[in-house]
Amino acid sequence: MGVVQTDQMVLNIGPQHPSTHGVLRLEVMTDGEIVSQIKPHLGYLHRCFEKHSENVTYEQVIPFTDRCDYLASMNSNFGYVVTMEELMEIKVSDRVEYIRVIMGELNRIASHLLALGVYGLDIGAFTPFLYMLRDRERILDMFEYTCGARLLYNYMWVGGVSHDLPKDFEKICIGFLDYFEPQIEEYNNLLTYNKIFIERTADVGVIPADVAISYGVSGPNLRGSGVNWDVRKDEPYSIYDRFEFDVPIGEGKFGTLGDCFDRYWVRMLEIKESVRILRQALKDLPSGDVHQALPKKIRPPKGSIYRRTESPRGDLGYYIISDGSPIPSRVKMRSPAFTALSCLDEVSKGWMISDVIAILGSLDIVLGEIDR
Amino acid sequence: MNIEEIKSAITNKFSGSVIENDELSKNQIEIKGSKWLEVATFMRDNPDLSFDQLECITGVDMGEESNLQSRYNLHSMEYRHKVEIVINHDRKKPEISSVEQVWRIGDWFERETYDMFGISYKGHRDLRRILCPDDWEGWPLRKDYEGQESYHGIVVPKIKEEEEWE
Repeated sequence: MGVVQTDQMVLNIGPQHPSTHGVLRLEVMTDGEIVSQIKPHLGYLHRCFEKHSENVTYEQVIPFTDRCDYLASMNSNFGYVVTMEELMEIKVSDRVEYIRVIMGELNRIASHLLALGVYGLDIGAFTPFLYMLRDRERILDMFEYTCGARLLYNYMWVGGVSHDLPKDFEKICIGFLDYFEPQIEEYNNLLTYNKIFIERTADVGVIPADVAISYGVSGPNLRGSGVNWDVRKDEPYSIYDRFEFDVPIGEGKFGTLGDCFDRYWVRMLEIKESVRILRQALKDLPSGDVHQALPKKIRPPKGSIYRRTESPRGDLGYYIISDGSPIPSRVKMRSPAFTALSCLDEVSKGWMISDVIAILGSLDIVLGEIDR
Repeated sequence: MNIEEIKSAITNKFSGSVIENDELSKNQIEIKGSKWLEVATFMRDNPDLSFDQLECITGVDMGEESNLQSRYNLHSMEYRHKVEIVINHDRKKPEISSVEQVWRIGDWFERETYDMFGISYKGHRDLRRILCPDDWEGWPLRKDYEGQESYHGIVVPKIKEEEEWE
């Protein structure tokens, strides 16, 4: 018997691979089955969002933001209009603020449901995915009932929203919440406490808090590492300071703090918090006009602004520079999935190829937002 | 810490590195490019400043005749204060030290800004395009950018100049 020859091997995952969550190509250097380096190749979905934005008016940018994070379009809209209103110093009516929060939180639940379901799918659990999509469907139906679109809404406008809520929306939404809350326990029984699922995710892909901060990881991924940071709480925008809710953070429930399971678990807890916010918002929803503050022509004063909001994936920032004309001089989107993906190389070192899929899934990336 | 205290902390350590500019908005500080790496390391490591998070790097083109800019949004998880650093670059030779090893996310943000504006980050270990293909020509987000006539045999249709926006 001779000496076993070992050699570095390059394995190519993607761009067309279901567990890369979009068109992402990973160049994985492996030694046997152990990963030594990952080079992500992005840009397959680059649609020049920022270049387009410099050629259209401020209102016309909103549909583009839909298409960046297509799983949470409401939150993408929300971030942009909040930034614009801060730049233009517009005060919108209370009803608009409440509607926006309701839509944002519903979309957060929908996005998290898909993230958790697909994560189960990545790891080999097919059933929870179908259960979660079933309930996400009901949220999309509510969006369709309100604004006519199921995925790309163009719903929030600078100074208002495109349509007022339908008359019986509150009843439908409360009915949904009453139905939905017990379902969370069902997901837990199906997936969270499943022995195989825990074995695949606990202790895998630990991101320590300082590494997470240095890589700009944000949102549920950062909170999974035990950092208490939520833009809704710490830099409140819109009317989030009026609601009572907790910020769930990871605690190493079944393994080390900051592992894949913690990131998964934080999302699950966040769904419950969103339900809490929704119930408060629906209870206090004031009446009023939703187009009152809509400016006839959007012409912000000269200046620049950077504002971040909490999208389901983390800190979604917009940098807008205005030169006083109706066309933005520069719109930059700071995308949370972009920063989350950047730490994949460091986190995956030393893990097996199957664990890379578990780590990538736990980061909950959306390629539309990474490539913009 | 408020913006004035942050500014004086930087000035005390590196005199002459802060440029006074009235046109900046109230949370911005303009800094000379030559000492940026030292200033950045100081801002991260100083226990009173403790800017441990680089929130965003935005490249800006101020117009065809003027400078390019890099704007860094910094944030401190410990003290929850934030600041925006503005650095001007010469349009003909835009160069600045890389902060890739100060904040790890700087790696991808700088690659993105390089990709879009052609600002070269000195000391970056892997500076290549990130969103555009490797063989793309020109810097797309510069105001004087002109698209390629063809790319790998695909002819790019010319867009007619539309009428001015009212």
